[in-house]
Amino acid sequence: MASDSPAPEPLIAVEHLTRRYRMGPQTVHALDDVTVTIRRGEFVAVMGPSGSGKSTLMNLLGCLDRPDSGQYRLDGQEVAGLSSDALAAVRNRSIGFVFQSFNLLPRQTALDNVMLPMVYAGVSRAQRVERALAALDSVGLWERARHRPTQLSGGQQQRVAIARALVNDPLLLLADEPTGALDTATSLEIIGLFQRLNRRGITIVLVTHEPEVARFAARVLQFRDGRLIDDLRQEPEVAA
Amino acid sequence: MTAWDALRAALESLRANPLRSALTMLGIVIGVAAVIAMVAVGAGARDQVLRQIASLGTNLILVGQGSIVRGGVKLGAGTASSLTEDDALAVLSETPSVVVTAPSVRWGLQIVAGNQNWGTILFGITPDYMDAREWTVALGRGLSDEDVAQATKVVVLGQTVVRNLFGGGDPIGEQVRVFSTPLTVVGVLAEKGQNTQGQDQDDVIFVPLSTAKRNIPGMAKSNPRFIHSMAVKMRDGADMADAQAQIRDLLRQRHRLIPGQDDDFWMRDLSEVSATRDESSRALSFLLAAVAAVSLLVGGIGIMNIMLVSVTERTREIGLRLAIGARRRDILVQFLIESITLSLIGAAVGVALGIGTAVAVAALAGWPTLIRIDSIVLAVAVSGLVGVFFGLYPARRAAGLNPIEALRHE
Ligand SMILES: Nc1ncnc2c1ncn2[C@@H]1O[C@H](COP(=O)(O)OP(=O)(O)OP(=O)(O)O)[C@@H](O)[C@H]1O
Ligand SMILES: [Mg+2]
Repeated sequence: MASDSPAPEPLIAVEHLTRRYRMGPQTVHALDDVTVTIRRGEFVAVMGPSGSGKSTLMNLLGCLDRPDSGQYRLDGQEVAGLSSDALAAVRNRSIGFVFQSFNLLPRQTALDNVMLPMVYAGVSRAQRVERALAALDSVGLWERARHRPTQLSGGQQQRVAIARALVNDPLLLLADEPTGALDTATSLEIIGLFQRLNRRGITIVLVTHEPEVARFAARVLQFRDGRLIDDLRQEPEVAA
Repeated sequence: MTAWDALRAALESLRANPLRSALTMLGIVIGVAAVIAMVAVGAGARDQVLRQIASLGTNLILVGQGSIVRGGVKLGAGTASSLTEDDALAVLSETPSVVVTAPSVRWGLQIVAGNQNWGTILFGITPDYMDAREWTVALGRGLSDEDVAQATKVVVLGQTVVRNLFGGGDPIGEQVRVFSTPLTVVGVLAEKGQNTQGQDQDDVIFVPLSTAKRNIPGMAKSNPRFIHSMAVKMRDGADMADAQAQIRDLLRQRHRLIPGQDDDFWMRDLSEVSATRDESSRALSFLLAAVAAVSLLVGGIGIMNIMLVSVTERTREIGLRLAIGARRRDILVQFLIESITLSLIGAAVGVALGIGTAVAVAALAGWPTLIRIDSIVLAVAVSGLVGVFFGLYPARRAAGLNPIEALRHE
C-alpha cells in the first residue's frame, strides 16, 4: 500500500472463508464464503441461530481449525501456511479463549489454572506466579487464587478462565457463548468485565444467543446457514 | 513445557487416583522385586560356591597315588607306593607352568590333649602345601622349611580341632599327642568352612612331612620317599589341560608305564567343579530372565491400559491444553513422562521390596544372599524402557487428538 496515510492493518482479515463437512453423501457448508475484517480494539458480537456456523468461525479465527478455502490473515500474517507448531505458538501468544463450560482443570487451584498458558510460553516459574496473580487481580479474584474450581461459583470460574485467557497478553479474545452457563445477573457482570478489558485495548469477538448480551458490543455480525448476512454497528450499552 | 513441568503434571495426575496408580504399578513392583530378590539369592549361592572353590586353591591340580577305579574293578594293582617326593621335584623342575609342588601324606588318627581326644586327619606337609592350598594361619606360625629338614615335633591345628580339644581357647605352646609322640602346637589355621561337598575342611592337623613319616608307625613302609598325593600349583593363566597332559606324560615315564597300561596315579582339576556350578547358575539366570520378562510385560500392559483410560478421561484437558498453546510434542511428552513416572515409582518400590525380601530370606531361611547393584540398575532401566514402550501408544493417541472435538468431549 503506497498511500500517504497507510491504513493500519486490520487485526483480522478474512476473505471467502469456507469450511465444509462431508456427512455421508451430502456436504454441510458450516461456513460459506465469509469475508469480514475486524480492526484492533473492536468489540464484536457474533449472533445467529443454532448451526449457523458461529463456532466454526471461532475455531478458524482461533487457529484450532483450517479452512477448506479462503484466506485468513491475523495481525498481517497469513495463517494458512503455518505449521501446526507455529499455530500452537499463535494460539499461545496472540489469542485467548473463553469457553461456555469454562474448561478449568478441576484438581488445580485458580492460580495453577491461570499459570497454564505460561507453561507453554517458556515463562520462568517465579514470573508465572507474579503474572497469574496480576491477571487474577484484573478480574477481581486475587484473594481466591488458592481455591479450586469446585470451591468457586460459575461466575467466578468464568472469571478465572478469563484471567487464564489474558495472562499471555493476547491481541484477541475469542469467547464462544461465555455467558451461556450463567444466570442473567452474572452474565451482566461478565459482559461488564469484557467491556472494561476492551476499553484497555484488547480486541474481543464474542458469540452469543442473547440479544441482551449483544447490546454491549459495538458491532454485531449475523450468521445464517454459514453465511454472514448482516454486519451492524451500534452504540453499545455500557455495563454498570 | 519443561521436563520439570511435565513431571509435576504427571505426579499431580497420579496422585489424583492413588489406588489406581498403585494397582497399575503392581506388575512392575512384583517384577522388579522378583528379579532383585532372586538375583540376590542366586548371586549369594554362587558367591558361596566361588569362595569354597577359592578355599581349595585355584590353578590347582591334585595328583594322588593309586589307580582309577573303573567299573568297580580296581586296575593297576601293586602300586601302593607309586608316588614319591622325587616325582614332586621332577614335576616342579620339568613342567614350565608349574610354580609349586607340595607333596603330602595323610593319616586318620586320634589326637589327645590332656584328657580330651578327637578323631581327625593328619597331613604331613611341606610349607609349600599351605601356599598351594591357600591355607593361612590365624594364630602362631605355620610350618617352616626348617621344621621339615629337622623333623621337629610341632603341629598346626585346624579350627575344628582347636574347638574340640581346647574349647576354642589359645592352644599355642600346648602339648598334644598323636600315637605316642608328643607334639608342640605352634599355630592355628584360619577357618575355611565347608567344601563344595559339604565336608568340614577345618578338621585337620598339619605336621612336617618328615615328622609324619618318622613317627607314625607303618607310614613310610618300604619306601621312605613315598607320598600319598601332591598339590601342583600353576602359574596364573596357565593352560591347565596342557599342563595336566605334560605332568601325566612325565609321571608315566618316571613310573615306566608302557603304552596301553593304565595310570598308577590319579589327577583332579578343581576347575571342573566350578564349571558344573557355572552351568547350573546359567540355567538359573535364564529362568530369572524369563520370569522378569513376563512380569515386566504384564506390568507394561497394565500401564498401557491405564494410560489409555487416562487419555480418554482427560480428553477435555488435552483439548484445552492444545487450545491454549501446547504443541502436540508437549502433550506426547507429558503423557510419556507420566507413564515413565508410573513405571519408575513401581521400580523404586520393587527395589525396596526386593532388597527386603533378600534380607528376609537371608535372615529367615539362612540362605546367603548378595544384593547386586547391577541387577538393580538393570531392573530400573528396563522398567524405564517399559514405561516408554507401553506409554508411547497412549501418548501418541493423546497428542493426535483434534482439539475441537476434544473440547466438545462428554
Ligand atoms: N465436526 C463436524 N462434523 C460435521 N459437521 C459439523 C462438525 N462441526 C460442525 N458441523 C456442522 O456445521 C454447522 C455449523 O456448526 P457450528 O457448531 O458452527 O454452529 P453454531 O452456530 O456454533 O451453533 P450453536 O449455536 O448451536 O453452537 C452445523 O450444521 C454442524 O452440524
Ligand atoms: Mg456453537
